[in-house]
Amino acid sequence: MCRLFALTSRDPVSPMLAIKALDVMKEGHDGSGMGLLLQDLGGPFEEMKEAPILSGIFSEEGIRRLDLFMMDLGFLTKYKISLKVPKKPVEGIPRRDLYLIRAYELPEDWDSLSKDDMAVRLSDIRLKIREMGEEKKDMMVFSFWPDTIMIKEIGDPLLLAGYLGLDRKELKARIIMAQGRQNTNYAIDLYACHPFFIKGYSTMTNGENTAFIPIRDFLTSRGIAAYTGYQSDSEVFAHILHYSLVELGLGIDGYKHVITPLQERDLAVHPNAGFLSHLKRTCRSLIIDGPNCVIGTLPDHSLFMVQDRKKLRPGVVGGKPGLYGFSSEICGLDAVIPDRDKSRDIQPMHLDTAIVGPDRQEVTICRQTEALNLPL
Amino acid sequence: MSSNRSLEPSALSLNDLPWQVKFSNDRCTLCGQCTAVCPVKAIELGVFRKRTLKPSIRRQADQGVAQDVFYGIRQKTDVAHACIGCAMCTLVCPNDAIHPEKNPGLDRMKFHINQQGVPRRRGGRRNAAGSILDRIKFTRISMLTDPALDAGRHEFEMRTLLGRVLSPRENMKRLKENGWIPPVREIYPLIIGGMSFGALSPTMWEGLQMGVAYLNEEMGMPVRMCTGEGGCPPRLLRSRFLKYVILQIASGYFGWDEIIHAIPHMKEDPCAIEIKYGQGAKPGDGGLLMWHKVNKLIAAIRGVPAGVSLPSPPTHQTQYSIEESVAKMILSMSMAWGFRVPVYPKISASSTSLAVLNNLTRNDYASGLAIDGEDGGTGAAYTVSMDHMGHPIASCIRDNYLNLIKIGKQNEIPIFAGGGIGKNGNLAANAAALIMLGASGVQIGKYVMQAAAGCVGTEEDRCNVCNVGICPKGITSQDPRLYRRLDPEDVAERVVDLFVSFDTELKKIVAPLGRSTSLPIGMSDALGIDDVAAAQRLSIKYVV
Repeated sequence: MCRLFALTSRDPVSPMLAIKALDVMKEGHDGSGMGLLLQDLGGPFEEMKEAPILSGIFSEEGIRRLDLFMMDLGFLTKYKISLKVPKKPVEGIPRRDLYLIRAYELPEDWDSLSKDDMAVRLSDIRLKIREMGEEKKDMMVFSFWPDTIMIKEIGDPLLLAGYLGLDRKELKARIIMAQGRQNTNYAIDLYACHPFFIKGYSTMTNGENTAFIPIRDFLTSRGIAAYTGYQSDSEVFAHILHYSLVELGLGIDGYKHVITPLQERDLAVHPNAGFLSHLKRTCRSLIIDGPNCVIGTLPDHSLFMVQDRKKLRPGVVGGKPGLYGFSSEICGLDAVIPDRDKSRDIQPMHLDTAIVGPDRQEVTICRQTEALNLPL
Repeated sequence: MSSNRSLEPSALSLNDLPWQVKFSNDRCTLCGQCTAVCPVKAIELGVFRKRTLKPSIRRQADQGVAQDVFYGIRQKTDVAHACIGCAMCTLVCPNDAIHPEKNPGLDRMKFHINQQGVPRRRGGRRNAAGSILDRIKFTRISMLTDPALDAGRHEFEMRTLLGRVLSPRENMKRLKENGWIPPVREIYPLIIGGMSFGALSPTMWEGLQMGVAYLNEEMGMPVRMCTGEGGCPPRLLRSRFLKYVILQIASGYFGWDEIIHAIPHMKEDPCAIEIKYGQGAKPGDGGLLMWHKVNKLIAAIRGVPAGVSLPSPPTHQTQYSIEESVAKMILSMSMAWGFRVPVYPKISASSTSLAVLNNLTRNDYASGLAIDGEDGGTGAAYTVSMDHMGHPIASCIRDNYLNLIKIGKQNEIPIFAGGGIGKNGNLAANAAALIMLGASGVQIGKYVMQAAAGCVGTEEDRCNVCNVGICPKGITSQDPRLYRRLDPEDVAERVVDLFVSFDTELKKIVAPLGRSTSLPIGMSDALGIDDVAAAQRLSIKYVV
């Protein structure tokens, strides 16, 4: 089972905090890989919130092809961090040429674009680079989005952090999501490493999603170019989040009703029973059949956690105003925020969505049996 | 017969028959029950003469020949009275003195069952024991994560939807605009499929209806039953139980006058309307209720004269093409119930199924598609149609489901599979395999007759006299002397047993696969088969 740790902090913090939590929870993952999402960035990226940042792994040849491709599109490099790795190989970590984090200046003709159009274009470019990379195996791109950095690699999280030198002052963020991965049902693939990202929405999961194939079939048949990939059974969670919030216009309280709708008897007495039974019927193929704990982030920098009813050992949310952690194990939270009031820790159960908003002042619990903010 | 006399072409010996009655003279008490119960009069009381030679080594001793007479059971060898292997004789014999045995060789009667130029018609099944569904395994076992599901203790939601489900975005839009949203029923995924009204005996029909009502009202299982062609008794049409019934309108329109007239008096809407075009066991052919079963009651409900055979044409004869028919009939049926009742067509599995499905996806009023595969049973059909026509259900369902995925409508038009589900007794496994191949639910007919009423038919041409109204168990007969053998209460009890145990078995299949909150429609990654070609054809895993 994977181990998850996410934090949201008023002040930018180093990803090492989350990696430390993963290390504490080491008994629960096999160290076969790590995924890291940094959002609401600090450091040098603080000044360029609008600039899309490309993060990925490139070979020497790949980076040359990328430069040509981006220049053709009119993108200019604004700022970059290249993670230089030690010459001496480390066992269990594959040898790569370059880990790239590069912020771009938007092309001039993009100025007039609406936010939605821009999102579509950014996502198309990421898909194109990914596709180009798959041809020659020389580029792997994880995200191309403003104010977002993603790093993924095969290997033990703490070992990787040292190897990649993640403890550097340019790499600081207010939202950090990290996953120490255990490879379960699928072959090791870098793209199968959590968190997954789509247009500002990101999720990571532990558990097993047995409804993966029907959900994947549903998403890929929606005609949305970015609904692709699916190297992992959990990648669909991020896309369901995007589908629910963007395509259906639901709030985050509605996400839970899509992935884990209420059972009939609870549904019948819900204040929005009519709407919810329509949602349950029409989104039937998006129902997950876990056990799953999903931790995710939204474009407004809210962080949330949900579990399905099969998840008997839920994750935990705790912290103090200004700093909250979301962890799959209490020991992870203890390692990062030991001075919190532990009596206020929350283990969201199968009806709850725990949310910490962008102000990072409190944990809000949204119960599935309560009325929701209808998009009607 | 003297040795120089010509033999008739169809003079058959016992050895030429598919079933041979084995009789033990030692045990027989000559009670006559076997001959009385035999539905085809294949056996009769026989007088046998036995000549016994009595040799002796002494010259003057009592050497000689003795003549004995004894009584026993004689099997007839003419085609019309050939034993059908139903074994009712065995069932009634107090001394186990008699039983039919399948002829292990090729029976020669096959060449003679077209007497008077009429090819053989029979009821029942296709008589092919093999089933690809039985060979599918469930291979994706969920063992790695916490906690493993327990079929006996966990909560499961094994429901399916019957009705047009709009896409989430379209549904949301119509909710906002107060637009019309098609009716959808949440039902149990195992449906009792359409068996013509009149094909089943009144006791069987009543038993099924009672069982369904009990399952709904006492067990909380929303099981639905289709009437089949021929209408529905007026009392049921006007009762609250109508909501558990799917009314079928077939190409012969039998009984629809009665249904239409009852609409203003209906307390409840029916669950759905099924429009039947042909049937799995005899695609391209219509239904056939032979005159033997058209008694006064059936004739009255069907709105026809008594004692005449009632063939239905393959498609609705008032319409020009299946496209037109699908569109118009769905619309008019929807309209008849104020657009509150799902309406869907039932067709034979064939390459045309895809065309019909494509047609339906463009029709907002189409609520689903039922497809009946070649292994479907039937009340009456020509042997050649039954044995040699048709398309297997597994690949047909798969093709249709994959096609829906291609156009992004896989949850919008539910597909129901029928034809040979549980033909070898593996009902839950067959149903689960079809659901994972893409069916939203399955329909059974033959299985329910075997399980709930003790139909003795098998896939080896046993019995199969459903067409001529002499069903030895009284399941498909309109003769009171026969159908009184069947107690509707007992049938109802067995229907309940069948569904409740199916439910347990279904859970035993889905629980190890890690599914409990939604029916695993299209969960094809769970399936494997040890045949490369079949795996490729069905787009599932090849496992050995």
